[in-house]
Amino acid sequence: MTYKTDMGRVKGLGTAKEGTHEWWIGRLTAVALIPLTLCFIWKVAPLIGGSHADVLAAFQSPLTSITTILFIMIAFIHLAGGLQEVIVDYIHGKAMLVVLLVSTKLLCWGMGFAGAFAVAKIAFGA
Amino acid sequence: MADVNKGARPLSPHISIYRPQINSITSIINRITGVSMSLAAVLMVWWLLAAATSASYFDFVNGLLTSWLGLLVMLGSLWALWFHFLGGVRHLVMDFGYGYEIKSVDFWGWAIIALSLVLTTASIICLSTF
Repeated sequence: MTYKTDMGRVKGLGTAKEGTHEWWIGRLTAVALIPLTLCFIWKVAPLIGGSHADVLAAFQSPLTSITTILFIMIAFIHLAGGLQEVIVDYIHGKAMLVVLLVSTKLLCWGMGFAGAFAVAKIAFGA
Repeated sequence: MADVNKGARPLSPHISIYRPQINSITSIINRITGVSMSLAAVLMVWWLLAAATSASYFDFVNGLLTSWLGLLVMLGSLWALWFHFLGGVRHLVMDFGYGYEIKSVDFWGWAIIALSLVLTTASIICLSTF
């Protein structure tokens, strides 16, 4: 016989430890990514396969640089959250879960920062 | 209710029991496109870092992305981006409580699949013309 309430029994047992915060960040970044994705497809995607000089020239525009930096950083935050959601759904071993959650999050942060830095370096004169 | 029946509780049917439906298909495609865009995201960062490094290194990475394998990945990623974009907007609309009627679910499920293909084709035409 246990006297704990249902809420008391399940609190803190979720795999990600928090629920609504992750959900909210997912929606917030999704909304931000709507205009930023369109900007990226419009301004940056056409540069793939182009010349180095064109890429350098494109990021001299503050609008292109700023929206690309925001796109990269927010996309990686969104990706980190999405990967976490998938990992907690499908991975059940505790050790593997922790390894994957930590490594994907750190890789996403690193990649987001690296991409933003690359654009900033070009914008400020590579 | 502190004592819980741990033994004979009803179990939700497993995924294999269900016939695939348009809403379950678009749901899993949204997840698959999201996860698989990890590759494109890393490639984009590599490409930008190469552009920030030197002209010769940029030409190397740019060449890889426009090789036949690279273009295949870019094409798949472009479609994934459009699908995930449309699926995401649909999710945001549904967060406000709209679009849950069966008719609406079926219509928009097929609509985002069709629209994603249209937008992919349209953006490739734009990319190759300008």
